[in-house]
Amino acid sequence: MKGNEALSEAAIRAGATLYFGYPITPQNEVAEYMSRRLPTIPGGAYIQAETEVAAINMVYGAVATGRRALTTSSSPGISLMAEGISYLAGSELPAVVVNIMRGGPGLGNINPEQADYFQAVKGGGHGSYRLIVLAPSSVQEMADLTVLAFSLADRYRNPVMVVADGNLGQMMEPVELAERYPSEVDHASWALTGAKERPGRTITSIYLDADEMEAYIRRLYAKYDEVERNEVRFEEYLTEDADAVLVAYGIVSRVVRSAVEELRARGIKAGMVRLITLWPFPKAVLKGLAERVRFFLVCEMSMGQMVEDVQLAVNGQRPVYFYGRSGGNVPTPAEIVAEVAKRV
Amino acid sequence: MQKVFERPKSLTDKPFHYCPGCGHGIVHRMIAEAIDELKLAERTIVISPVGCSVFAYWYFATDNIQAAHGRAPAVATGLKRANPESIVISYQGDGDLASSGTAEIIHAAARGENFTVVFINNAIYGMTGGQMAPTTLVGQASATSPYGRDPKFAGHPLHVSEMLATLKAPRYIERTALNNVANLARTKRAIKKALDLQQKGEGFTFVEVLAMCPTNWGVDPSEAVDWLESSLMPEYPLGVYRDAAPGEVK
Ligand SMILES: Cc1ncc(C[n+]2csc(CCOP(=O)(O)OP(=O)(O)O)c2C)c(N)n1
Ligand SMILES: [Mg+2]
Repeated sequence: MKGNEALSEAAIRAGATLYFGYPITPQNEVAEYMSRRLPTIPGGAYIQAETEVAAINMVYGAVATGRRALTTSSSPGISLMAEGISYLAGSELPAVVVNIMRGGPGLGNINPEQADYFQAVKGGGHGSYRLIVLAPSSVQEMADLTVLAFSLADRYRNPVMVVADGNLGQMMEPVELAERYPSEVDHASWALTGAKERPGRTITSIYLDADEMEAYIRRLYAKYDEVERNEVRFEEYLTEDADAVLVAYGIVSRVVRSAVEELRARGIKAGMVRLITLWPFPKAVLKGLAERVRFFLVCEMSMGQMVEDVQLAVNGQRPVYFYGRSGGNVPTPAEIVAEVAKRV
Repeated sequence: MQKVFERPKSLTDKPFHYCPGCGHGIVHRMIAEAIDELKLAERTIVISPVGCSVFAYWYFATDNIQAAHGRAPAVATGLKRANPESIVISYQGDGDLASSGTAEIIHAAARGENFTVVFINNAIYGMTGGQMAPTTLVGQASATSPYGRDPKFAGHPLHVSEMLATLKAPRYIERTALNNVANLARTKRAIKKALDLQQKGEGFTFVEVLAMCPTNWGVDPSEAVDWLESSLMPEYPLGVYRDAAPGEVK
């Protein structure tokens, strides 16, 4: 299966039988898959929205009823969704947004990049909110993390973003999928299902009074603290005795894994921390490693957006270097090996 | 003793926060009456827009959701597609619907979404302090057209009902006004008809209401009714713009 198809099928099996999107490369396979499958499923609907602005607001309406819904796009389209994502977070609605990142800024190109890290992790939309951000690195994870995204969105009533890139979307790998991934969360206490045998209820994000607004934001942040305590996910690869720890996510982590193996073959003790959640960020593991490793090398397909978060976690204890490529160029294992080798 | 003026059940007991002579409260009440008369309260979700009616949800004793500026028709699409049994009302002002949300309203109408739009056209941005709207008349002074809207620089007003009536998908489009008793009754009838058509699954229904905004027009409530009649109504003719099965050419 292709990565984009794996995520589509996983979403359907997670009950997200409502899809709203607007065509943009390199994620069109998702819309094509959904437009084929959803009309055949009872209660399912595929809607080609007029813009990504409309698509995210359709999601806002759909998830307000307590149902699961999906939208996917690529970088410029995610920019258009920023306002809607802020509203989803502000109204505490569970939604899943997938960004198959491409090159930017501007129209950029359709090649894979990881230059939307800031947009995903630091905000993108206005106001005091956080997105949970998941980063798959295989076709299997395109499916698994989509399922996880729905479950985290439900549990925390917060939008979750899955960030991948064109490589992962197009890549073919075998995938195992369960028959169904039902929601474990009951939305009956807040969903808009009609005021039958109960008073009417409202979903909104407006609080005119300063103290009321502040209390509400503090409540959101208490939730984000809980997410940071419970949901950090990462993979450590050969870090136990490592002198050099490479930090990467998504497609780049696959290249880094090869580089680590090559370095080990040359007798250089390298290891990797692969992020699965970009937010919450795995601060503690990096802080812990900083006690004993010699340096970190952050590898990204961007000009270095995650490097700042690694620096914050390491807090000056060890050097944090960066190696990245841009424009759709994927770093090669040889390039990364050279970056590490020249520092040991 | 028989009560002649009773609060509709679908209206909460919260007093309206609107200015004297404003059209919003009048139309809220009509919507609530129509919901009650059609017995739709338990299925209805009202969308509060960005604008003076952002707190419409204070008043409707139904389920409610607040939408981003102009996006109500997209939110309505999501609500209705997710739960086709619900009755969805997208309540919007003219800045919201005819400027920020032009794409959303046209495409929801073109898809023939089965929900009802109540469009309050007061030819001004009320909430933000009386700036020029896409519906502001040529020559009409506003906070951002202090010398009157000059068509050389600001173009001409948008006629949304007429525009939507060029589409084949909508089921019902009517423009009414709040200027006299007969037109109030017509407005109420149009809203009720739209909701009834929605209930029957017949498709996209749209009621444009020419409404007073004395505060931002800079007149008192009775002068506002006069101005609505003498200026707004000639520019925006009342009437049924479409009443046909979706797909039918009219
Ligand atoms: C994205 C965005 N742009 C601008 C605004 C500011 N804004 C609030 S209300 C409004 C105009 C509303 O006018 P209208 O839709 O005519 O409603 P009225 O107040 O006249 O009923 C604007 C521009 C906003 N809230 N969000
Ligand atoms: Mg207005």
